[in-house]
Amino acid sequence: MRMPLLRLEGLTKAYPGVVANDDVSFEIGTGQIHALLGENGAGKSTLVKMIYGLVKPDKGSMTLRGQSFAPTQPSDARRNGVAMVFQHFSLFDAMDVAENVALGMENPPPLRDLARRIRDVSEDYGLPLDPSRLVGELSAGERQRVEIVRCLLQDPKLLIMDEPTSVLTPQEVEILFRTLRKLSSEGTSILYISHKLEEIRALCDEATILRGGRKIATCDPREKSARELAELMVGQVLHPPERPARPVGDVVLSVDKLSLKSNNPFGTSLKDISFSLRAGEVLGIAGVAGNGQDELLLMLSGELLSPSAQVQLKGLPVGHLGPNGRRKRGLVSAPEERLGHAAAPDMSLTSNALLSASERKGLAKNGFIDWPATEAFARQIIARFDVRTPGTHVLARALSGGNLQKFVIGREIELDPDVIVVNQPTWGVDAAAAATIRQALLDLAGKGAGVLVISQDLDELLEVADSFAALNEGRLTAVRPARGLTVEEIGLMMGGAGDMHVAHEASA
Amino acid sequence: MIRLEKRKEPSKFWRIANPFLAVALTMFAGGVMFAMLGKDPIVAIRLIFFDPIFSETFASYSRPQLLIKSAPLILIAVGLAIGFKANVWNIGAEGQYIIGALFGAGVALAFFPAPGWYVFPLMVLAGALGGFLWAMIPAILKTRFNTNEILVSLLLVYVAERILAAMALGLMRNPDQPGFPGSRDLRRYEAAHNAELIANTGMHWGVVAAIIAVIFAYVMMTRHMLGFHVQLAGQAPRAARFGGVAPARLVVVCLGIAGALAGLAGMFEVSGPGGQVRIEFASGYGFTAIIVAFLGRLNPLGIVLAGFLLGLTYIGGELGQMMLQLPGAAIQVFQGMLLFFLLALDFQTNYRIRLTQGMRA
Repeated sequence: MRMPLLRLEGLTKAYPGVVANDDVSFEIGTGQIHALLGENGAGKSTLVKMIYGLVKPDKGSMTLRGQSFAPTQPSDARRNGVAMVFQHFSLFDAMDVAENVALGMENPPPLRDLARRIRDVSEDYGLPLDPSRLVGELSAGERQRVEIVRCLLQDPKLLIMDEPTSVLTPQEVEILFRTLRKLSSEGTSILYISHKLEEIRALCDEATILRGGRKIATCDPREKSARELAELMVGQVLHPPERPARPVGDVVLSVDKLSLKSNNPFGTSLKDISFSLRAGEVLGIAGVAGNGQDELLLMLSGELLSPSAQVQLKGLPVGHLGPNGRRKRGLVSAPEERLGHAAAPDMSLTSNALLSASERKGLAKNGFIDWPATEAFARQIIARFDVRTPGTHVLARALSGGNLQKFVIGREIELDPDVIVVNQPTWGVDAAAAATIRQALLDLAGKGAGVLVISQDLDELLEVADSFAALNEGRLTAVRPARGLTVEEIGLMMGGAGDMHVAHEASA
Repeated sequence: MIRLEKRKEPSKFWRIANPFLAVALTMFAGGVMFAMLGKDPIVAIRLIFFDPIFSETFASYSRPQLLIKSAPLILIAVGLAIGFKANVWNIGAEGQYIIGALFGAGVALAFFPAPGWYVFPLMVLAGALGGFLWAMIPAILKTRFNTNEILVSLLLVYVAERILAAMALGLMRNPDQPGFPGSRDLRRYEAAHNAELIANTGMHWGVVAAIIAVIFAYVMMTRHMLGFHVQLAGQAPRAARFGGVAPARLVVVCLGIAGALAGLAGMFEVSGPGGQVRIEFASGYGFTAIIVAFLGRLNPLGIVLAGFLLGLTYIGGELGQMMLQLPGAAIQVFQGMLLFFLLALDFQTNYRIRLTQGMRA
């Protein structure tokens, strides 16, 4: 092994009530691509924040190139050659690329010099960027490039990347990987955080697996199967969801050539959307974040209204009906954002059960709420979907992400709908809860409901969907049977790499 | 080092304890203020908070006053609290109170001197309608043009005051006494007089209305979908839309209820304790009710207690002016401090203050 660049020894960090990292030690070699693998809540973020100087460890030490390393703030870390690309970008839409890069630098050079350096660096690494373009006009993949280029300009020795591929199409992922390999061959170490196993096997030299704040193993990911890695990560044997054979019935939901302006100035308007969903069918809709997923859900849930005949439920026009009108007729939905949209954070689980169930469950008579019946319904959701909580009086925001998601999805499934629309049903949810949720959706389809799953997780869609379409800049592709689709084809449906794929071929 | 930590759930204890603590702190700070003015703080505080109810000399006058002052505060605050829960910030109850009074008085003066039993009920309806319509101005401007209801409702208070002055000097001026500003005295027009229902108690129809409003609001907020939607819209607007709440309708409902109740309060005042349409008729109940609503934790039952307390400060303030020559503004300072301390204390319902030693977090 090459000389270690960074050595972590016994790092421990406790927050009130939880030990985020417990005695974690490993080494990152010079030029190594090192994966940090773990479920949500396994302690990946805390560990990385300690390396980047955002969090101070309670115990343990770090050594960088043989010298003691204890950054107290990110600028310390940056001075020592540690750079980080966050999962959520910190860019200003109304400024151009060069201005955004300058904002992140300690001593930015004059803008004209900076623009030239951006162009040089981005082309060297196969990530072409026009420094004069407004960030607001860039795709998610291009925005990520701005962040990466901003780091590369600092000539980092260690580049930390937090879930970088969650906003990319498969083709864009391939380009990013080539860039990372080139960096690695030049001696830059990369700490790559992810829970996507195939990616890690394709890219990384070594992987450290965290579970519950502890290091479980450090191994060579290419010597393990994805399944072995998953089981190390989750700590239990996973069962893929069962798909009962089911007859596909009549069309239950159809949308006809619908264009709809987004209610959000930075949103994506829907353009000429058409599809139909049959009883018993699971339709998966893929797409990179920000391509109209939110708007599609709002349009189907009834939070955005449309001309009545363009959305039809069991043959009846419902486009003009609000959420409760559609629920009454059998269409329910679960939005992506759990806290604040699908559930009210500061209300009890009982109140949150009432939120969408009052209509179908008859929990209010003449407007007067039947609280005992509502509480019983909340208890029913908690029992059926194994929501871990002390009781129905607990506030929604006190639940963990996975538990709240089980509650929200469970609530909608218990309404016994004819059609259910879900957006990112397992986003940020641990593997066991995700499996429960997927299985519940499949079971619902088995009972004859139409299920529409909007998701950015291709593995999830391939696992549950019978048919498949993708959203790209507010347009929906034609629906195709999911069986036999390759990841390559799906990537092209999602918009491929757009105009971003030339770079490596030109430089190769 | 002092560190702040967000609580997982807001503390129930502090939610209930804070109003009492705020009252205690206000009394203390008020005492300091009186001492600096050269008055004996103990005597002053006792005069304001205890003597109106317990003193042999003053109580016979003050006790009935307590209901008279508290009823409009409670009636207005109950309506405001519903809006505040939904994040609809109606700051203009004072204006709705004035317009309600003018509508009520207008009906009375139009029927004068007809003795019919129907005059008073019509005045009640007119008072509620007046306040409702005045509140619809910010409501419609907000839902149509997305204006800020805080500014619009507040500025409309000053418009209402000008209208009040114009009415007192013009259209509604007493034709029998053209030399004086102000309308006929409604207390002398039996069919329109909101008289005491039980002698020497201060109990009038406005008190009855306040009791009904409190019960109505309590049932609505705890048992009815409308109350649930109000809370939902206030706490999580996107979740409310997901739950089928139409935000525009809710704005209209909240401002409408608050406006109608404020209008009623104005009408009961002008036809009873106030007696006539005068330039100085408005006495700030609409603004004080905002403090009542917050001190009562936006809860109808809490508002009853807070209403009595703030009603007491009005009476005690008058006593203080008479007996100790305290400045009239002292009572507004008191009311302001109460809200100030309450808001400051409320910090600890959501945060925990921790003292840590040594290590930086």
